[in-house]
Amino acid sequence: MNALKRIGYLLGLPAILVVVWHLLTVNSDSFFVVDPVTLAQTFVDTWVGERFWNDVAPSLVRLAVGLVLAISLGIGLGLLIGSVRWLRGLTEPVLEFLRAIPPPVLVPILMVLVGINNQMKVLVIVSGAIWPVLLNTVEGVRSVDEVLIDTGRVYRITGWLRVTRLVLPAAAPQMMAGIRQALSIGLILMVISEMFASSSGLGFTIVQFQRSFAVPEMWSGVVVLGLIGLALAFIFQFVERRVLRWYHGLREVDHAG
Amino acid sequence: MATNRSRGSRLAQLPSWVLGLAGIALFLLVWEAVPRLGLANPEYLPPASEVLQIFVRNLGLTSFWVAVGHTMTGWALGLAIASTAAVVLGLVIGSSRFLRQATHSTIEFLRPIPSVALIPLAVLLFGVSLRSTLLLVVYAAFWQVLIQVLYGVTDVDVVASNTARSYGLGRWARMRHVVWPTTLPYLMTGLRLGAAVALILAVTSELVIGVPGLGHEIALAQSGGAATAMYALVLATGMIGVVINIGMRFVERRVLSWHPSVRGEVRP
Repeated sequence: MNALKRIGYLLGLPAILVVVWHLLTVNSDSFFVVDPVTLAQTFVDTWVGERFWNDVAPSLVRLAVGLVLAISLGIGLGLLIGSVRWLRGLTEPVLEFLRAIPPPVLVPILMVLVGINNQMKVLVIVSGAIWPVLLNTVEGVRSVDEVLIDTGRVYRITGWLRVTRLVLPAAAPQMMAGIRQALSIGLILMVISEMFASSSGLGFTIVQFQRSFAVPEMWSGVVVLGLIGLALAFIFQFVERRVLRWYHGLREVDHAG
Repeated sequence: MATNRSRGSRLAQLPSWVLGLAGIALFLLVWEAVPRLGLANPEYLPPASEVLQIFVRNLGLTSFWVAVGHTMTGWALGLAIASTAAVVLGLVIGSSRFLRQATHSTIEFLRPIPSVALIPLAVLLFGVSLRSTLLLVVYAAFWQVLIQVLYGVTDVDVVASNTARSYGLGRWARMRHVVWPTTLPYLMTGLRLGAAVALILAVTSELVIGVPGLGHEIALAQSGGAATAMYALVLATGMIGVVINIGMRFVERRVLSWHPSVRGEVRP
């Protein structure tokens, strides 16, 4: 009974929405909307097979490389800047400014600087996604509990051990919040870099469909992007649960108390 | 090592604005030096002084402010629509356990869809117009605010809520005096995040679709090979981003001046 109820909550509203969508569109002759059955069919016809390997896979590889670079650079620099006080004071206004630049405007700059190639698309992702990770890591490192730091010092926990056992775990919740923002910015930039300047990739293909008025195909492309976003959110949640298990446990105890 | 540390701590004793200014100066210096020393082609990376010159000149041009006005209109209208819708829906959904559970999967499914995925749709439906920008901005900012409002409404203290109920406060009075004050800090966080995302999407729609505004000017400068003008415009978007961030923080402090999180910060 309980399981049934949960499934009902999980699928009830989506099912209702799809049925309403179907009823609204099945007899409509509007050019811009597709009914769910056609969309599902087009989705399979369009994306399963060759196009997946030619357009989707390279985009995903660029996204993955860009995100991994942005996250590791962000954490590395963030640890450095966060633990050295004068460095933090020195860099803070510049970093705040760089973060405030809407990342899509970096696309034309990098096009000019690097040219239109794979490196440029990866660089666009890195240069947009690094800021939330970097600044949140700095903030996380800065707000490590004073008592914890002093205790560590008393026990002479220094160097690498200090970073991995004390600073990183303490800053992890903030860092994960930054990484979450980085994921969605990275995905946005992947699409924009391909829409703006490319002759292949997911973003390019979707714009191509739109320009040739292939409406069902265009919608199916939107669905692909949605699925990638969803997959990223799932992976993130899985990793976050692993990394921050102690933290969520702690919070539950706090709330119960 | 010892001298190193004492130098570090002496540097740290400087007021933070001095260090910050030094950092900005250093950044501009490096930017000036890299193209001048030939480490980068000045045609692609013009030195800071030239870019700043154009940036200052832009401030006196009507066409620049018109572009800024276009961008800010899309940003403000989109953010206003998104947050109004998100607050209303968030309060309705959040107050009912049934609605919360029933909508959870749908919200979690729709939220991660990147709003740039809607660009082709916006072009087909609205073409090059403000409505295209609004579609993207509203979709992106809506989820940021909605999620925060939902968190806020569920965070209401059970004891406070029950006390209000036993004092005979009606549905509206409870909403006004119990739910709303609890939700407000969350809402402000949502608005701050939403404001940043809204600017990104407003500029994106101008850049990619060609809606008038700063993003479109940047695309024009880039395709016309006017690198210096392009950098100056990018600098302007960054400034707008900074102003929005500072502005939102200021509003947050004003609105939440009664809240312990803000009061605690002010106390020495």
